[in-house]
Parts: sequence; C-alpha cells; structure tokens
Amino acid sequence: MSMFEGFRFRRVSSVVHLLDPRAKFFFVCVLFITAILNSKLPPLILLFFVPLPFVLMAGVQREWIRSMRGALFFAFIIFLFNFLFTYLYTEYPQVPSAPLLERSIAMTLRFLVLVESFSVFFLTTSPDHLGLALEQSHIPYEFCFAFTTAVRFVPVLAEEAQTIMDAQKARGLELERGNFLKRVRNYIPILIPLIVGAIRRSLELAEAMESRAWGASEKRTNLYVLKLKRNDYLLVLISVLMLILAVYVWLYIPIPSLTILLSF
Amino acid sequence: MIEVRDLHFTYPTGVEALRGINLTVRDGEFLAIMGQNGAGKTTLVKHFNGLLKPTAGEVVIDGVSTRDASVAQIARNVGFVFQNPDHQLFCETVEEEVAFALRNFGFKETAIKNRVDWALNLLDIKRYRETSPFMLSGGERKRVALASVLAWDPKVVILDEPTIGQDHRQKEKLRQFIVQLNAQKKTVIVVTHDVEFVAESNPQVMLMSGGEIVAEGDAREILTDQKLVAQASIVSPEITQILSGLPDLGIQKNVIDVHEATSILLDLLEVAS
Amino acid sequence: MIEGSPITVANETLAIIETRKLVYTYSGAKKAALKGVSVTIESGEIVILTGPSGCGKTTLCRCFNGLIPHFYGGKIEGEVVVAGHKVVDQTIYELARHVGLVFQNPENQLFALSVEKDVAFGLENLAVPRDEMIKRVDWALQMTGIEDLSERPPHELSGGQQQRVAIACVLAMQPDVMILDEPTSFLDPVGAQKIFEVINELNKELGITIILVEHRLDLASKYADHVVVMDEGKVVLDGEPRGVFNSEKARLIGVGVPKATRLYQILRENGTHLSGVPVTSEEASKLLLEVLKRD
Ligand SMILES: Nc1ncnc2c1ncn2[C@@H]1O[C@H](COP(=O)(O)OP(=O)(O)O)[C@@H](O)[C@H]1O
Ligand SMILES: Nc1ncnc2c1ncn2[C@@H]1O[C@H](COP(=O)(O)OP(=O)(O)O)[C@@H](O)[C@H]1O
Ligand SMILES: [Mg+2]
Ligand SMILES: [Mg+2]
Repeated sequence: MSMFEGFRFRRVSSVVHLLDPRAKFFFVCVLFITAILNSKLPPLILLFFVPLPFVLMAGVQREWIRSMRGALFFAFIIFLFNFLFTYLYTEYPQVPSAPLLERSIAMTLRFLVLVESFSVFFLTTSPDHLGLALEQSHIPYEFCFAFTTAVRFVPVLAEEAQTIMDAQKARGLELERGNFLKRVRNYIPILIPLIVGAIRRSLELAEAMESRAWGASEKRTNLYVLKLKRNDYLLVLISVLMLILAVYVWLYIPIPSLTILLSF
Repeated sequence: MIEVRDLHFTYPTGVEALRGINLTVRDGEFLAIMGQNGAGKTTLVKHFNGLLKPTAGEVVIDGVSTRDASVAQIARNVGFVFQNPDHQLFCETVEEEVAFALRNFGFKETAIKNRVDWALNLLDIKRYRETSPFMLSGGERKRVALASVLAWDPKVVILDEPTIGQDHRQKEKLRQFIVQLNAQKKTVIVVTHDVEFVAESNPQVMLMSGGEIVAEGDAREILTDQKLVAQASIVSPEITQILSGLPDLGIQKNVIDVHEATSILLDLLEVAS
Repeated sequence: MIEGSPITVANETLAIIETRKLVYTYSGAKKAALKGVSVTIESGEIVILTGPSGCGKTTLCRCFNGLIPHFYGGKIEGEVVVAGHKVVDQTIYELARHVGLVFQNPENQLFALSVEKDVAFGLENLAVPRDEMIKRVDWALQMTGIEDLSERPPHELSGGQQQRVAIACVLAMQPDVMILDEPTSFLDPVGAQKIFEVINELNKELGITIILVEHRLDLASKYADHVVVMDEGKVVLDGEPRGVFNSEKARLIGVGVPKATRLYQILRENGTHLSGVPVTSEEASKLLLEVLKRD
C-alpha cells in the first residue's frame, strides 16, 4: 500500500531527523488541532504548506511525494462523499454551487494535511528514536520493547514468508489457481510454516532475553537518553505560538471563505 | 541439460547478485557450487527451477527457456530441496507431506500411494508415516523434506546447503545418499560451503564469489589450488593442508582424500626404507 | 578417558562449573534429556562439547545459566554449581553476571534496532549507570572487532557479523564463563574461523572460560584444552583433545574426528607410528616430517 510506504523510515541524517521526537510529535499534534479547528479553505491551504520546509530540510521529498500520491485515492473518496452527502442532505442550495465545492475541497485538504504531517513525522523519526521517546514518556517498558521488536522483525518475517512461498512453489503449489475458496486454501501451506516459525522464533527470543538479565531490576537504565536541545525548544515555541494563534482566530476572527473573498 | 547464458540478476533492492554466469550442467552430472555466504549461490540455483527469472541473459532447461514456463512446470523436472525443512513442512502426517507435491502435479491416487511408499523407503522414514513432521528431530525433518521432493522423481535434484545444522553422522548419511542418487543417473546440484563434505564426495566443483564464477573443474583440481580457494574465501580440505605443509618430497600434493593421502605417504616410507 | 569421574577435592578450587549426577526431564517429556551428567569445567579453559544431535548438549548449556529449571521448568535432580552458586537457588539474571550464553541462530538473539543498543541490553537490565555502560559497550565492541558496526541495524549484517554482535552482547556483562551453542553452524568456513579466533582471544586475554558446542572439529579443535563428548544424555568421553579424538569410541559414536587424527590412525593401522597424536593439520605435517626424515 503506497500510502503507508510514505511512512517507512529511511536511515539518513538531517536537522529534522536530529530533532527530539517528542518535540516533533508536539508540532504534528498542533498541526492536527489547527487543521481540525479550521474548516475554511484559505487557512487550510496555508497549513498545507507549513510542513513543506521540513520535508525539504530532511531531504525526504521523494518518499513524501510517494505517500501523498498514495493518499490521493483516499482524498478523492473523501471529496466525493463530502460532495454527495452535503449535496443531498443539507440545506445548501440544491444545485452544485461554488461554496459546496469549496467546502468539499476544504475537507479533503484537511485530510491531506493530517496525512502530510504524520508522514513527515514518521519519515524523519527512526523507529529506535520513537521507541526511546515512548520509553521516556513513562510508557511501560514492556510496551516499548514490543514496539521496537515488532519493527525489527516485520522485515524478517516478510522475507521468511517469501522463502516459504518459494519452497512451496518448488513443490508445485500454484497460488493463483482455482476458484476463490481454493485460492484461500492455497495459502495454508504458507501460513502454517510461517506461524510455526514465528512461535519458535519468539521462544528463542525469550530465551535470549532471559539470558541477558531481563527483569533484573525495577528501574532499567538506558544507553540513549533524549535531551531537548535548542532546536527542539525552538520547534516547541513555534508550535505553541501556532496553537495560540489558531485558537485565537477560531474564537474571535471569522474567516471568509474563498468564494466570498473572490466575489469582492 | 541446464544451460546458463550470460545470466545477470539484480534484486529489486538493487543488489547485483549475479554478474554474467555462463554454465552448462549436463544430464547425470554431480555438481557442487561453493563459495562464501552472499556469493550468489542460492540466487543462481533459484534460476534453475524458475523461482527467479533472469534480469538479463537466459537459463534454458532441456531446450526451454525458464522465461517461457511456470515454476510448477519446471519443477516437474527440477526438484529443489530448501535449506531449512521448516520452511516447507505443514501437514499433519509425514505421509501427507510427501504426497503434497504429487497432488499438485496431478498424479493419480494409486500412483501417489506407490510413490509415497517408495520415497519413505528410500529415506528410511517409513516408521514415521503417521507421525506429525513437527514431532521429528532436525535430521529426520530434513529427510522428510527430501522425500517430499524425490517422490515425484525429478530428473534434476538441487540441494541448498544440505549440511547446515547437521551433525557428523547425519552428514555422512546424507552424503552417501546423494552419491547414490547420482549413481542412479540423476543430475545432482549441491550448494554448500562445507569443504570436507565436498572433498569426500568428489563431484565437479564450481567456485563462486561476488556473483561471478571463479573456477570450475574437478574437486581435486579446484580444492587443492590455494589461490582459487582463497579467492572464493573458503578453505582447502584438511588433508590438502597437511600435505602442503610438507616440503617438496616429489610427492603428489593435490590430494583431498584421507585414504589416498595415507597410501601416498606409505609408499614414500617404503621407498625410503 | 574417565567416565563420569568423581570430583576430587584438589581441583574443586579451580572448577568454575561442576555438575554432579545431573538428571533432567523436560516438563511433559517421557524420557530424561540428561541421564546423570557429572562434569567439571576448570576456570580458564576452552572446552569443546560435542556429540550427535539430540544428545543433550543444548539442554546441558541451559542448566549452566539457569534457563533450566527457571525458564523451562521440568524435573531436575543432582547438582549444578556455577562460579560458586547453586543454579537452582539463583535467578537467571543473577547467573547472567557469571555465565553468558550465545545461541545457534544469530537472527533470533538480536532484537534491538542498532548494534550498540543490543550490546547494552543486558547492562540496561542490570541498571548499570549510563557512563559505565557506554564504556563497557565500547569495550565489548572493540574486543570483538565490530566497532565500526555500532550504529548499524543488526538484521542487516551478515551471519558472521551478527554472531560477533551476539558475543559482544554477552561479553559486555563481563561473565566468567561464556557458552556458545553451535555458534558457527550457519556460517561459512571463513566466518566460522573468525568466531573461533575471537573467542580464543577472549580466553587468552581476559581469561574467560569458554564452553563451545561444536560439530566442526576440524576447525575448532586446535583451540581446545578439554573435550567432552555426550551421547544419549550421558557424558561418554571427557579429557584432553588428543586422547578423546584418538579413542575408538569417538569414532563409533560418529564424532567428526579431525582428519589429522584420522590420518594418524590409518597410518598406525598400516604399521607407521607418528610420535604423537596430531589434532591440527600443522601438527600432522610436523609429525609426518619427523618420520620421513628418520627413514
Ligand atoms: N531476497 C533478496 N532481496 C535482496 N537481496 C538479496 C535477496 N536474497 C539475497 N540477496 C543478496 O544477494 C546476494 C547473494 O545472495 P545469495 O544468493 O543468498 O548468496 P549465497 O546463497 O551464496 O549465500 C547477497 O548480497 C544477498 O544479500
Ligand atoms: N524444549 C524442549 N522440550 C522438550 N524436550 C526437549 C526440548 N528441547 C530439547 N528436548 C529434547 O531433549 C533431548 C536433548 O536435546 P538437546 O539438548 O537439544 O540436544 P542437542 O543440543 O545435543 O542436539 C532431545 O531428545 C530433545 O528432543
Ligand atoms: Mg544461500
Ligand atoms: Mg543443540
């Protein structure tokens, strides 16, 4: 699924990559809230451009474009639904009008802003950094460990699934043959070795963890420690200002829609 | 006959695993493909039954390019035993496991029964017929996996790293079995970095390194060539090392077999005394 | 060739691991996996533990670091003493300070997203302060020759590199004994040789006792001070390498006796006696040369 491909981390280093994941996450949340608070097109267009400098600074344009392209399909569906539903069920003028169109575009753009900001976060945050951020946010260590281990073993399991598929194909298994039911059944020879292997693997993993003093002390220490640096404080500051501005505007300043602006 | 012509293969990740392989495996040949981990051995043999298709070049089996046939079609003639039996065992009984491929290839029920009997006998696992493959030991699981491939009697048998995780006795059993298969006119291709295993079986040897063929020839000729062996990052057999540790006594030194080495040494001692 | 030799008081002071009449049955198993094992491992030696698959080598290793009985349960009788501690009375994590275990499959014992984080895992568990931890991690990486891999994700490394990371993981905890259960079975000869060299160095430089479970005796035996051969849950041979490899029993059990020793035996059957039992090819060449010169 190409939208998720945009969330796959690639090991590079940049100012954005070096930011504390907690600061980045805060920033993304502020973007998120701002997007939710606004339903008018002009501020959403503005919001759409806010994460772009980060994308450029991190040098992840290609991955970012790929994830946006993946999101386009969903965006289209959201657009269609918005358009149809508001058209059919609200007191809007009964003809497809400019305001209706604008409203649907705004909703779609809101979705795109959300995807965009989260994809910037995941594209520039290594899974170990993320795990670490979880750990240092007082989330139980077992949970953080499960998270990093999952990230670590997903590619291994994918590779194993490929090998198993090859092994069964070499014994004449044709996955694409037969009717629907038969095709589902064709996957049994792949699923069983995969599951048995995963169980064996987790047992061995548990053994290795135990052998390396798992659970020895209540309070573990950590090789890596996250510390907020100047850039992180800067980002948090920017985010807070943005949040204040957004809330202020939301409360006191009515924003005209693009249709109204243009009709002047 | 397997003909490989200027075969190149690049994985989607961009790894160039094969860089221009040219090779002919004749019917009835016994070939060992050797080289260090990552040399491209598995990638190469996966082309022999169509699991991988060439990025450039061609693999032709009995006159048919692997591009023009499905894996299932090619597999009927080319059996492939994977390194880890746990990647293929999934049935409730050993009997079912061995019959699996036969069903896929559309054999008739009576034929299936005969062939399962034959394969279980061949690998000496008849007593486990009704046992779950998961209850067996590592060596036994390996033999079930072998039986499940040999059951359909393919002309060519490929074994990827058959010795990994096996103890000395299991290895010796396996080696005798492979030699016997070859004696019955099967083409046998073994992928391995186990030098002693190869030295004791004396097949044709092909050395690979970095996706290319380093050398090809008789086991004795290849494995005793220090330069070639070093180039492929393997080691020469212990017997060869012992003889090459001796000064030049005018004896033959390209020896890989312990019995041959002792008879040479005994001759030398007799002449001396 | 002493079978289940009684432990004498004299070497008790040197013994780092000692088992007495150890019998163990996995929970739910009908047969015992260990049937009266008595072995003594002396401090500072390199021991090779070998024998056919299923003979109980891995089970014995698990008894040495407390996985048996604490992780596996089952029924244990007899005694296991490691670095002065009775295994049944200790927790696995207490024993982890004394005994490190490296497993066969490199892939399933590394779980972090960077090599250094993996190496630090044990120290983190033991709540070692961060400054000390960084020092120890660097030291362990250096001793195993993988400093340059410290930030790489372990699952992208070759099998040989992964296995060296696994050794570093255990080494960082500064154990007295390191047990390696068939560490080279997935590796090619060059990768295997590197592992043997690393553990030999750890033994010689740091005095760490090494227990190496291995089938590849051709490559490993030159490092061994002591060989233990098991069969069907029992120790059947126990002694210094030359004696063990040269015994008729070793051959009958199907231990892969080094070719150098085999050569010696065949020559002897034909009436030519070398002045000693060779274990490595260098030794064999030297001994052969002696005979050839004599004639
Ligand atoms: N599924 C795969 N995807 C990407 N690269 C691979 C894959 N399988 C193998 N490779 C790479 O191709 C090269 C050759 O691998 P392989 O054929 O498995 O070698 P060998 O069998 O000789 O150990 C290696 O560099 C390996 O990392
Ligand atoms: N987790 C387990 N549960 C039950 N039985 C086991 C388990 N692990 C090993 N065994 C059995 O114990 C015996 C010894 O096995 P093991 O110690 O793994 O041998 P080795 O390492 O020498 O190959 C074998 O019969 C094996 O089937
Ligand atoms: Mg391979
Ligand atoms: Mg074992």
